[in-house]
Amino acid sequence: MFKGKDIVSIKELSKEEINRIFEVAEEMIPIAKGEKKSNILQGYVLATLFFEPSTRTRLSFETAMQRLGGGVVGFTNPKATSISKGETLADTISIVDLYSDVIVIRHPFEGSARLAAEFAEHPVINAGDGAGQHPTQTLLDLFTMVREFGEIKGLNIALIGDLKYGRTVHSLAYILSHLDANLYLVSPSLLRMPKHIIRELKNKPVETDNLEEILDEIDVFYVTRIQKERFPDPTEYRKVAGTYRITRKLLSKAKKNSIVMHPLPRVDEISPEVDHLPNARYFQQAFNGVPIRMALLALVLGVI
Amino acid sequence: MEEERTLKVQKIKNGIVIDHIPCGRALKVLKILNIQGDIGSSVSIAMHVRSRYGWKDIVKIEDRYLEEKELDKIALVAPTATVNIIKDFKVVKKHRVEVPERIVGIVRCTNPRCITNQNEPLTTEFYVISKDPLIIKCKYCERDMEPEEIFENII
Repeated sequence: MFKGKDIVSIKELSKEEINRIFEVAEEMIPIAKGEKKSNILQGYVLATLFFEPSTRTRLSFETAMQRLGGGVVGFTNPKATSISKGETLADTISIVDLYSDVIVIRHPFEGSARLAAEFAEHPVINAGDGAGQHPTQTLLDLFTMVREFGEIKGLNIALIGDLKYGRTVHSLAYILSHLDANLYLVSPSLLRMPKHIIRELKNKPVETDNLEEILDEIDVFYVTRIQKERFPDPTEYRKVAGTYRITRKLLSKAKKNSIVMHPLPRVDEISPEVDHLPNARYFQQAFNGVPIRMALLALVLGVI
Repeated sequence: MEEERTLKVQKIKNGIVIDHIPCGRALKVLKILNIQGDIGSSVSIAMHVRSRYGWKDIVKIEDRYLEEKELDKIALVAPTATVNIIKDFKVVKKHRVEVPERIVGIVRCTNPRCITNQNEPLTTEFYVISKDPLIIKCKYCERDMEPEEIFENII
């Protein structure tokens, strides 16, 4: 069902496919931790094409491939490649496709992963295309929630912060709603989730700019960074950013078993004192990127 | 009624009559067909004409026929239009335009950061999300486009 499949957009994965990815990812956890060894991808080559800087996504893909015994080629600085000479992305992909068995691409333009998937014979995994999709992030976010609560259905999930420009929250909102979670969209009015994203949600979300108001209903606080440059007035930024800061005090009024997630990097949306509370799940979430990406690589290469 | 209309817009010998254009869209139809002042044949436009179903615009172009692609473009701005092909003053064929399920190569994506706007060897492609009002989604960047944006970006 997965061999040769491109992972471009979360919208193209069925519920069954997502469950299968999680099942495999669960088995990958001891290998991801280094407690067990595996060579199932020995002899396979992953090409990582990072046209834009990224630390976690690239490192976790490379770790995933190497933990399964595969090799990695790629670049992180497109200035040093033929792209700077004006080569089209289509040509770059066609060539890299000849060298490798699977391609991971991060690119500043939206739709670039779809283009790559069309030009490559081998499977392509989208590691973020501009403000577009970032399906492996979405999968690891879901996986973190599923591991915690068993299923997504019926969970009360608050997406907090910059819901307008935040790359991860758009596809996350889509899939959470289609998996029957109850969504709470918490943001300053300037950074509300765009209408075209809300239109695609299966169930109508609760929209508010007041986190305190819904605090005691929430199972998952999914916090995103509010970027200073989105605000014309720096004082306005400080005022807004402070309102959505997750602190120990705030969490004391939340459900006991609620969890706090963040796609990272964080700046000051989550106070460091929260790191040691039982609610903090963002480091676990970042780790989950490795087993999820191991599962995807093994599945699209057809070894599982 | 029929006679009255004939008086307003002359019959043509050979060419096309694009009828039942939604009111106010006649000039948009001419624009997407790239008809300006120098085509060497006559063009008549009737705007805000009474018809059986209310008001409409009509465009008549002499000595000009349409390609499939042009019919699709007309469907985007005037989904109710019919295109009559005239030979020797007679209607020899009547097309009702139809918004296709997929819109390929006739609209540019409105998103400047879409990969289709970056000089790649690609043909644009959109899925039709809704026909009335017309909303289309870029296959590449997944951005939705609404009627006004679509009209402005017909290639």
